[in-house]
Amino acid sequence: MCCCGQGLGSSMIVGMNVEKALKKLGIHGVCVSHTALSDVSTDSADLFVVGIDLATQMEEYKNKIVLNQLMDMEELETKLKEVFGL
Amino acid sequence: MLEFIINILSTPSILVGLVALLGLVLQKKPIESVIKGTVKTIVGFLVLTAGASFLQSGSLNAFGDLFNYAFSMHGVVPNNEAIVSLGLQKFATDTAYIMCFGMIGNILMARFSRWHYIFLTGHHTLYMACMLAVILNAGGLEGIKLWIGGGLLLGFIMSASPAYCEPTMRKIVKTDELGFGHFGGAGYWFSAQCAKLFKGKGRSNEEINFPQRLTFLRDTTVAVGLTMIVFFMIVTIVAVSKGLLHENATALLKTYPNLSGLLNVGAETKTHWAVWAITSGLSFAGGVYIILSGVRLIIGEIVPAFRGIAEKLVPGAIPAIDCPVVFPYAPNAVLIGFLVSFCGGIVGLFVLGFIDANIIPVALILPGVIPHFFCGATAGVFGNAEGGLKGCIFGSFMHGLLITFLPAICMPVMASLKFANTTFSDADFSWMGIVFGNIAQHIKGFGLLSICAIVFLVPIIYNYVAPKKQKKVVVAE
Repeated sequence: MCCCGQGLGSSMIVGMNVEKALKKLGIHGVCVSHTALSDVSTDSADLFVVGIDLATQMEEYKNKIVLNQLMDMEELETKLKEVFGL
Repeated sequence: MLEFIINILSTPSILVGLVALLGLVLQKKPIESVIKGTVKTIVGFLVLTAGASFLQSGSLNAFGDLFNYAFSMHGVVPNNEAIVSLGLQKFATDTAYIMCFGMIGNILMARFSRWHYIFLTGHHTLYMACMLAVILNAGGLEGIKLWIGGGLLLGFIMSASPAYCEPTMRKIVKTDELGFGHFGGAGYWFSAQCAKLFKGKGRSNEEINFPQRLTFLRDTTVAVGLTMIVFFMIVTIVAVSKGLLHENATALLKTYPNLSGLLNVGAETKTHWAVWAITSGLSFAGGVYIILSGVRLIIGEIVPAFRGIAEKLVPGAIPAIDCPVVFPYAPNAVLIGFLVSFCGGIVGLFVLGFIDANIIPVALILPGVIPHFFCGATAGVFGNAEGGLKGCIFGSFMHGLLITFLPAICMPVMASLKFANTTFSDADFSWMGIVFGNIAQHIKGFGLLSICAIVFLVPIIYNYVAPKKQKKVVVAE
């Protein structure tokens, strides 16, 4: 689950990047979606992806990836690898 | 049969569904994804329409009436979602076609001009399409002419906006492979220019410690809810102290038809005015929430398709991304920008109030928290990149003034949306509205269409006529 303030622009683009990265890493069976900060709670997804500017809002979330640079594919791939234990 | 086809093509929800269908098929998606995407897009459009009527009946109309009663002025809440949902009630089909033609225009522009940007902020594309439909229709364009004219202008701004943000954007992200796609572009450019006055003086924002707790306002629902409660409270208190509740309710409803909730007309239980103000404020947030969910469903299928197609057709296309993409680069500037821009908005409101009372009647643009947060924050980041802390403060303050004055200047050309109690907030909507709205008031019909075409063709012709500059090499760090 990718989140941003309005759930319209950046979260959608990051969602598309996550899909691309998962494909590249050969991970299947993961459902990627995006939404606004208002709409998530800790159990609404297995993994959350947000930008670092929203990190303070996501403190109580355990399974999350915080991106220092939203559009950096390398950073995203490395962090996804860690999560999926590759 | 023909009638049936025309009916399908002019039913907006089905039309946007067909656009999504086309996009999904062109991407060669499996059949189940095609069905899923198409259905979601159509539902999204219907949700959006439902949000619009809830917003109007639940709070917006009452707010307008109450503001008028309390201050004898026209108060306007700038909120893109609200104004678009109202615009779509009349111009939905035109908006859908303009959006479609605009995206084609953007691809052509990216391919044949020097602005290689693909504008991926789908909701802004939709909003701009709606605004263009409204103002160009006031210039007498209808049907296919309106769609082409609007599409050309939309294609133009989708490429131009990232282009004038580019110089500062490059300083922020330190690469030229990332564009900035948000129709507050003119405001950020303005902020960056103001900030340049402080070039090289003082330190960057990020060297100081700034509490991050205010980021909870990034949550749109919370932010809109809180500000609208405050707005409703102030207006209701003024109205009540003016003796609103002691007037003859039936007579009052003739002038202000939307106040029956507050006046407890036809209700079995009595609602206290303070409770009414709170629930109405939150209803506004609820309306925006519904509209946003609808928009999310619509663009969620169209944008990925657009990106896929554009990247195939335009080698070296640069994706232009929504404003939060720059937030991680300067978290302090985000918050300072928001606060200072909001202050600018309040100062601007008082200036407008003064002008309205003493010079000419203008609409009062209230400081909407969404434009000030997203646009103000971005203006802060742009200002910080050009002029450090001082640049950030000055730039975002000027931006706050700008996005208060521009919508006020833009109001008279908004045609049928002039009295809607809400308007477009971000800078690009306003300047496009002011320029092309005023042109449309004077030059009608075919002349207007030709102007749209010329505006679109200039950057492309320039690419082939003007000598090519050597591409600058960007050195990171």
